[in-house]
Amino acid sequence: MAVLIVVIVLIAVAVIAVVSFIAIYNGLVRARLRVKEAWSGIDVQLKRRASLIPNLVETVKGYAAHEKETFENVTAARARLQQAGSPAQAAEANNMLTQTLRTLFAVAEQYPDLKANQNFLDLQHELSDIEEKIAYARQFYNTNVLSYNTKTETFPSAIMANMFGFQPSEFFEAEEVAREDVKVSFATPPATPPAAPPAANA
Amino acid sequence: MATTGNLHGDTGEPVLVYDRIATNKRQTWIMMLVFVVALGAFATLIGLVIGLPWQAAPFVFAALGAYAAISYYASAGVALAVSGAHEVTKEEEPDLYRVVENLSIGSGLPMPKVYVIEDSAPNAFATGRDPKHASVTATRGLLNKLDKSELEGVIAHEMSHVGNYDIRVMTITVVLVGLIALLADLFMRWTWFGAGSRGSNRDRGGGLAILAIVAIILAILAPIAAQLIQLAISRQREYLADASGALLCRNPDALARALEKISADPEPLAEANKATAHLYFSNPLCDHDSFLNNLFSTHPPVEERIRLLRAM
Repeated sequence: MAVLIVVIVLIAVAVIAVVSFIAIYNGLVRARLRVKEAWSGIDVQLKRRASLIPNLVETVKGYAAHEKETFENVTAARARLQQAGSPAQAAEANNMLTQTLRTLFAVAEQYPDLKANQNFLDLQHELSDIEEKIAYARQFYNTNVLSYNTKTETFPSAIMANMFGFQPSEFFEAEEVAREDVKVSFATPPATPPAAPPAANA
Repeated sequence: MATTGNLHGDTGEPVLVYDRIATNKRQTWIMMLVFVVALGAFATLIGLVIGLPWQAAPFVFAALGAYAAISYYASAGVALAVSGAHEVTKEEEPDLYRVVENLSIGSGLPMPKVYVIEDSAPNAFATGRDPKHASVTATRGLLNKLDKSELEGVIAHEMSHVGNYDIRVMTITVVLVGLIALLADLFMRWTWFGAGSRGSNRDRGGGLAILAIVAIILAILAPIAAQLIQLAISRQREYLADASGALLCRNPDALARALEKISADPEPLAEANKATAHLYFSNPLCDHDSFLNNLFSTHPPVEERIRLLRAM
């Protein structure tokens, strides 16, 4: 009788262990899948953004052909974005693209004809929309990365993560807008040299 | 400034959301069950009193069950139709559509359908049986009176309702409980409860006796219905949607400003009634003091919601 009880208890413990093992494993898989899904949300917007760049550059070239350096920077940033292999690389290239685009639009300010071009305005509008969408997609992605990474680093799921090689994911870091230092290279030297050290304006 | 990440990590937000989803799915079942049983019992009782055989009871219950089952699929359409909303495309309402798009990306939910009510009272609601069949509705007044960040706050609040299946419970309430509430409201106004506010033009025709009986029954049903609406609404639900909405749009202040603007607006929403009031972002009915309105009070006080948002 006593033996029977011991056997039953042992079986029960084994069953509980197996069930929780499966549950934790599935939890890790699910969390990693969510990260992957969330990443595709960013990726879609990054691709959309990259696909608009050639058209934008062509449009601006039509009015400001000699702003060669600006075009090269934008095109280089786009190429880097398209070659990016990891979220961190993509984030870096995307931030670079954001900066170079800002320069491009600052340059465009000097050409009234360009500013009145409907195609240019549409592109500008769409790019700012994509920028917002990237920000939201990033927010969702990072939330999922956080919850997945927490699983890979906390007990008891960390043990399973180690056993089955669940690597923590990279966050998609955006540069804070406030911290960005926009450099605009005008053809003529700037009329007003920076009098005070540039303070963070936010 | 706290990042979203910290907030999620410290409060265990994802777990909370999954809990809410399970609770809401369960509450939907309870609501449908209570509806069929309670109303079926009352209908059978009336049937016996007026001389129908008891064998009619199974048919009554079957009919109510069918009504509940159909409601599950049709209630969102009913809610939209009753509110007078029409669907809009991205071309027609680019700004609203973009905001909804952005917040659906931010919350990882499928893109809901977007509706507009042509009414100058600012308000909004979300409906549907799950996130895949969801829709978000804004009034013309909301679009005109709020700036972009405030609109984002309101839509973020609505998307939170979508994400944690609040919409399922809230929407089915419209059709199940709303039916009782609506009838109770109607009959009680016709007879003696609302006599003070309705004036003296009471109908003293032959139908009055039957009307009185129905009114009594509905007067008994009304508190039950109200209780169910409370179950569906609970102030917690609104506070939670405010909180997760603020987290989603990352701008609690804009949400607070939106609430201020909406509550300061004196206009009631023309197409809102007691059955649909609980769906809205802010209480769309403006008569606050009557007995029935307190019984059916669906929204936490705006001042409290604003205070909590400001404290974030």
